[in-house]
Amino acid sequence: MTVHRIQGSEIEYGIVVTGQPDANPVLASSRVVNAYASAQHLARRARWDFEEETPLCDARGFSIGRQTAEPGMLTNEETSMANVILTNGARLYVDHAHPEYSSPEVTSPLDVVRWEKAGELLMARAANHASHLDAGTPTAGDIVLYKNNVDNKGASYGAHENYLVQRDIPFRDLVAQLTPFFVSRQIVCGAGRVGRLADGSEAAFQISQRADYIETEVALETTVRRPIINTRDEPHADATLFRRLHVIIGDANMCETSIFMKHATTSLMLHAIETLSAPAPLVLRDPVRAVHAISHDPTLRQLVELDDGRHMTALDIQWQLFESMKAMVAAADTEADSQTEFALDRWEHLLTCLGSDPESCFGQIDWVTKLHLLNRYRDRDSLAWHDPTLQMIDLQYHDIRSERGVFNKLTQTGRVESLVTREAIEDAVTHPPTDTRAYFRGMCMNKFGHGVAAASWDSIIFDVPGRDSLLRIPTSDPHRGTREHVGRLFDDNDTIESFVAALTTA
Amino acid sequence: MSEQQRKQPRKSEAIDEEIETETVDTSRKDQLDDDVDAILDDIDAVLEENAEEFVRGFVQKGGQ
Repeated sequence: MTVHRIQGSEIEYGIVVTGQPDANPVLASSRVVNAYASAQHLARRARWDFEEETPLCDARGFSIGRQTAEPGMLTNEETSMANVILTNGARLYVDHAHPEYSSPEVTSPLDVVRWEKAGELLMARAANHASHLDAGTPTAGDIVLYKNNVDNKGASYGAHENYLVQRDIPFRDLVAQLTPFFVSRQIVCGAGRVGRLADGSEAAFQISQRADYIETEVALETTVRRPIINTRDEPHADATLFRRLHVIIGDANMCETSIFMKHATTSLMLHAIETLSAPAPLVLRDPVRAVHAISHDPTLRQLVELDDGRHMTALDIQWQLFESMKAMVAAADTEADSQTEFALDRWEHLLTCLGSDPESCFGQIDWVTKLHLLNRYRDRDSLAWHDPTLQMIDLQYHDIRSERGVFNKLTQTGRVESLVTREAIEDAVTHPPTDTRAYFRGMCMNKFGHGVAAASWDSIIFDVPGRDSLLRIPTSDPHRGTREHVGRLFDDNDTIESFVAALTTA
Repeated sequence: MSEQQRKQPRKSEAIDEEIETETVDTSRKDQLDDDVDAILDDIDAVLEENAEEFVRGFVQKGGQ
């Protein structure tokens, strides 16, 4: 029983060009990505290799035709949109009309925190580069990025989690077990939002950014009719052994503890499901309404109805899930690893505090942190919830600039919990994790980037001087290509010719 | 995957070294308001100047 498994996150950032409300967001996003690429002095820009992408494949066992797909679902179309594969194994590109950072594959929630926070740093630098590069040109204007999920006008954009899951678990079991978990986990990892309804027309605070955009229980779509459980079945691994659970209900978090808990508790749930040790799931009468109702009550008293007629709060549901996971870890033959132990300790601590004194989760849970700050402003200036200052604080909480971002300012209070050192995060801006295939990808970009014609999660395509054809190296197993596995190849070979020769004869 | 993960005892030792929590001291709870109030002026100084206009102009295209 462990929080360790292959996982990662994808964050679409909100984007503003200062002083230009009509700026084209696709163009602005491209400026960010291209500026980062040029600042890295990339001699050559590797393409994205789309061969293994199957966004229309449904985990329930069928595929939909391209003609019936929503345009937003065609995520494997080769476009001229900017794309960079980074030396830390991540992908930086333009998705729809947002710059997106897809983290490298990592093996633990703590590493998700590390490489996701590294993404904030490099995104802030990319925006800064773009602002300087284009100064004085017609498209000029400082670009500011927001790690949030809503514009309060009706649009939402995602912060997705990915988890590698055993294929032999029936998808209906995942749906049954994860639905009550996803509905209730927002009290631990919601990012907080000023505004209710998709268009923000009701002035009030709610727990989750994403909740009001969830419209259905299970579906393949991610841009319309968004579901609690997304069924995109694109494993980026051996499809006979694994599926990739693509989670779209989560909020973009600033607090490291929120990011950690989101991934750690989900990993534990998946482990319990895979080992068939999870108890019979709670069955909610109306999960979609429950997502909204729980989010709309920061006092945490909202009851949701179960199929058996009982009523529970989100806190009750989380306590029940926590107790099951704790019992399973205690019953395991092997001692829990440190992150699993830490996750259970924090989970218990946070649920206890949420039940007695939510403000004591300041600096650990985003919605609590944001709400407390807003309440201090409300007290000081007698502001009502419709006051634009409060919406401004909500938005600027997610501004990733170190000098202007409100969350980043709050870290100066000494009240914000940090789980990873600043040095480790800075290192992760340019270096890949060492224990997944992201190591191979990142090191190839680092050392032989000039000879990489294309790459993806599943492959690297080399263009080797003197060879007639391109050479595609599949990386279909996320557990292989680690430093332990291929580190020596990078140590021993300094030219792409000798590296590829060693690789293909190894 | 469970079996594979159980076979990696070395990894959890490596991770023991990685967690460097700067734990929040909850006994200072009564001072939380003071600590946050102390930084409100700093935040005032960086908040976008015309909040109403800025918030109205923050229009995004939908994403995933």
